[in-house]
Amino acid sequence: MEVNKVIDAKGLACPMPIVKTKKVMDELNSGDILEVHATDKGAKSDLSAWAKSGGHEILKNTEEGDVLKFWIKKA
Amino acid sequence: MSNAISTKELAKKIINHEDTLILDVRNTDEFDNWKIEGEKVEILNEPYFNLLDGIALVADKLQKEQEIIVVCAQGGSSEMIADFLEEAGFTNVYSLEGGMKAWSEHLEPVKIGDLSDGGSLYQFVRLGKGCLSYFIVSNGEAAIVDANRMIDIYEDFSKEQGVQIKHVIDTHLHADHISGGRKLAEKVGGEYYLPPKDATEVMFDYTPLEDGKDIIVGNTSVQVQPVYSPGHTNGSTSFIVDDTYLLTGDILFVKSIGRPDLAGLADDWVGDLRNTLYSRYKELSEDLIVLPAHYSFAEELGKGGKVSARLGDLYGRNSGLQVDNENEFRKMVTENLPPQPNAYEDIRKINMGKITPDIDKQKEMETGPNRCAVEG
Repeated sequence: MEVNKVIDAKGLACPMPIVKTKKVMDELNSGDILEVHATDKGAKSDLSAWAKSGGHEILKNTEEGDVLKFWIKKA
Repeated sequence: MSNAISTKELAKKIINHEDTLILDVRNTDEFDNWKIEGEKVEILNEPYFNLLDGIALVADKLQKEQEIIVVCAQGGSSEMIADFLEEAGFTNVYSLEGGMKAWSEHLEPVKIGDLSDGGSLYQFVRLGKGCLSYFIVSNGEAAIVDANRMIDIYEDFSKEQGVQIKHVIDTHLHADHISGGRKLAEKVGGEYYLPPKDATEVMFDYTPLEDGKDIIVGNTSVQVQPVYSPGHTNGSTSFIVDDTYLLTGDILFVKSIGRPDLAGLADDWVGDLRNTLYSRYKELSEDLIVLPAHYSFAEELGKGGKVSARLGDLYGRNSGLQVDNENEFRKMVTENLPPQPNAYEDIRKINMGKITPDIDKQKEMETGPNRCAVEG
């Protein structure tokens, strides 16, 4: 998977992981892939719901220890 | 910067039945699962991430001078959205401090009434979860029934009242919330009571509750009489306090009755539940005031935040007490049950002393409504 940009939102509390993700996503092109790292537990359901409302696709998500990782393809 | 509102201030508005407008900015799944409720609460949901480019989605539904309380999971997103609303010209906006996490932990003491010899009975209302616990005061001593995890609140209250906590009692092994009973008893040097039939797997010492073996609060004045009343769990025990109040645990609520399935044995316990509700309680005085361990519906929260009803009245209007046919009753309490409370199996294990997750994990497990009732 070719990732166009990586966001490190580790240690940030809600709403910052999504605020950061959205900001970067706005600058990407359709079809680009964004990788997001977060530790806020709420990020999982919020990122999924946010991606869904914007039509973006979550290609994959993993949990490595405390770190949640997401790969999101821009609509 | 927008203003904050504390859980205490919001609780006061809700128990006083004041008009309250809430904008909940959590994602819609979380909102649908669990939200702030009250008779006069009006609530809107719009996830914060839909408002990052502007508040257009909610602006039309709100008035500029109206009081708006913004709520999220932990208080961060609500603060941001409250700021956005202020920037857009809304003048009376508050963010709930600590969000739903703090709301889940708030306990509001409500005085139920006086007892003989100058004692009092308080109901601690956990508005965020619908859990009710009881603080019985008499002659410098206190007994607490169904204490929640946040034991400091009971300890502080005992200091304010100038009483010593002597007895800490759980009506049954809880599945929807983490009991603070054992910890509280240890901390204050009191005795911790459990029904033996619910305690077969517990990993600690306790004093068994026995039908007919009264607990005395404050020398001789106030009696707490255990009444074995199985059905929600095998050991569920009710209490008659001062010949006036009936603490029903999770057996009988104001609008509904307890569910028999949370310990995994619905079919076995239906008969017990029916017997308790349709025979055992019927032998008691109709004038007893029922004080349950939960409420599920905003309309159960009465004047000043009290959740109570006269036993005789419940036999006339509680839907779970109107089912004459035994098979119909069996069907009602074993089929089409609501979803089980969040993490209920692990919560039972914590209450048995089998596992001890860290405090953040415990808080997370307790989020969501109690879901201990079945509606008739």
